[in-house]
Amino acid sequence: MQSSVSIRDVSLNFGNVQVLRNLNLEVGQGEFIVLLGPSGCGKSTLLNCIAGLLDVSGGQIFIGGKNVTWAEPKDRGIGMVFQSYALYPQMTVEKNLSFGLRVAGMAKEEVNARVKRAAEILQLEPFLQRKPANLSGGQRQRVAIGRALVRDVDVFLFDEPLSNLDAKLRSDLRVEIKRLHQRLKNTMIYVTHDQIEALTLADRIAIMKNGEIQQLSDPHTIYNNPVNLYVAGFIGSPSMNFLQGTLSGTSFTAEDGTVIPVGNYKFTAPSSGQIKAVLGVRPEHIVLGEDAQRMPFSTEVEIEIVEPMGSDTLAWTKIAGHSVTFRADSDVVLTVGQKLFVGFDPARGSLFNAETTNRV
Amino acid sequence: MANVSAVGEPSGPRPSKGFNPKRIIIYGIIIVAAMYYLLPLYVMITTSLKGLPEIRLGNIFAPPLEIITIEPWVKAWTSACTGLTCNGLAPGFWNSVKITVPSTIISVLVAAVSGYALVNWRFKGSEFFFTCLLLGSFIPYQVMLYPMVMITAQLKIFGTLWAVILVHTVFGMPILVLLFRNYFASLPQELFKAARVDGAGFWRIFFQIMVPMSLPIFAVAIILQVTGIWNDFLFGVVFAGTQNYPMTVQLNNIVNSTQGVREYNVNMAATILTAAVPLIVYFVSGKWFVRGIAAGAVKG
Repeated sequence: MQSSVSIRDVSLNFGNVQVLRNLNLEVGQGEFIVLLGPSGCGKSTLLNCIAGLLDVSGGQIFIGGKNVTWAEPKDRGIGMVFQSYALYPQMTVEKNLSFGLRVAGMAKEEVNARVKRAAEILQLEPFLQRKPANLSGGQRQRVAIGRALVRDVDVFLFDEPLSNLDAKLRSDLRVEIKRLHQRLKNTMIYVTHDQIEALTLADRIAIMKNGEIQQLSDPHTIYNNPVNLYVAGFIGSPSMNFLQGTLSGTSFTAEDGTVIPVGNYKFTAPSSGQIKAVLGVRPEHIVLGEDAQRMPFSTEVEIEIVEPMGSDTLAWTKIAGHSVTFRADSDVVLTVGQKLFVGFDPARGSLFNAETTNRV
Repeated sequence: MANVSAVGEPSGPRPSKGFNPKRIIIYGIIIVAAMYYLLPLYVMITTSLKGLPEIRLGNIFAPPLEIITIEPWVKAWTSACTGLTCNGLAPGFWNSVKITVPSTIISVLVAAVSGYALVNWRFKGSEFFFTCLLLGSFIPYQVMLYPMVMITAQLKIFGTLWAVILVHTVFGMPILVLLFRNYFASLPQELFKAARVDGAGFWRIFFQIMVPMSLPIFAVAIILQVTGIWNDFLFGVVFAGTQNYPMTVQLNNIVNSTQGVREYNVNMAATILTAAVPLIVYFVSGKWFVRGIAAGAVKG
């Protein structure tokens, strides 16, 4: 795949604080990359560096094969969409869309044609003469996207564009952004702290923590084969269950002595000796009743809390002394105090070295 | 299910309580406070409309009973003696206009650009620069008077309108830059970033994005400067030169003249005339002025 944006060894320091550390990232042409992480992990900072709004302390940035490390934002061939929309409040939608083109001194007919096309794609035609104050949140964000669209750039940068919207609009606009990407086939780099957005939109997700990329993979791999405890705990809602214990060979012994056979687990490397380990199991991988007894590991538990979520039901219990949640079909009747068999296949789980926190 | 509420049961808007002791006390205090502050103005206006014989009776709170005359006003404006010349306050008024208008425009513009640059175009040492500027606002004007006299003398503008304008512009900087800096800092940074991605430069962002969003703070800055410069006495008397004395200085010369009869009615009229411009600014600008006071409160 041809590289569209290439980040090479980029570091950024604010005084003594190292926000980005020797970061490398290759984004392919037309790829949708999501930078995901908690606030303060450096994801927005990285986006600002790509946009040229922040000067890097070290390393290089290439866009479309050109070294743009020292280039002005306008010369980088990027368009950017901000969380707060950042529409110019005194200008109409039309003027907002055309501002960048007018700054560039483009001919009037061309400006009008481009604004018209963007308005068409984003269904903004009825609002062209309105001021941003008279638009709803979703419309404002569409204008903000349109402002990047008219500039006909190769790379779109999104800085948490949906965070200011309510839940319903957020899912609507999420689909719209996905549709836009399929239609335009531009490279898109999208920053968010919302894992649903990341999983639904991304071709590849880069999970960031403390200015470093923890894992860069497609959503399926990120979800099912997290490379370390951090990624495992960050992705997934409700989050992954963790059991502490020791791993020796193909058997995992929890702290209370419960033995869980992990013979069919795909180890990244042949296990050596006895190590302290953490076994992670996703709530939806725990099964109930008869299915449970067919699993490599099953046990009888008592239900402690039941949370009906509509589409499914979340239940809390204890396995091997650890609080554990599991997901059940909403048709299954679960009551507090009920005893039942649950089980899971460790092959679908993840094992981590407790000291290095890396996957084993 | 038509539930008609029983008589006397709370329903709908709460009835107003009408006059009760609490309210009477509140209004009473407010009225007394207002009268206390308005009394001097009342005395000034009535005195300025009286003839001198009536003033000598000493009933300063009495309304003009014998004659109502505007002659003191005319005299104050056209022929009261301000030192050697006897042309009234009119020349001083125009001098004040000539000082206030350019000082206000120049200082507000320079401060707006400085505040914008300090927030959005952080340059090396910008924080240090800002600290110096703030320090300047803590030094009493009197301390800097002599150095400023030397500087204006060196520039060969001492004793001219340009000297006062320069001094007002310089001394307006700390508070105005602080005002604009804080205001621009409160605007979303993303707007500035969006404009940069759109390719706009320093001046275009300033004039097309920032200024249209900042009219309230411009209003506050203009009010602060107009009233402050108009009311100034010190810089006017030191730097302007005798030909260009502003209204406040000439008022002082009228009121404090030590020869002849003390014409209280003329003095009162002259004082009201001098205070009229800031008063009108206060009344017209309304809520902007309140913000101006709040901003000025920083000055201490």
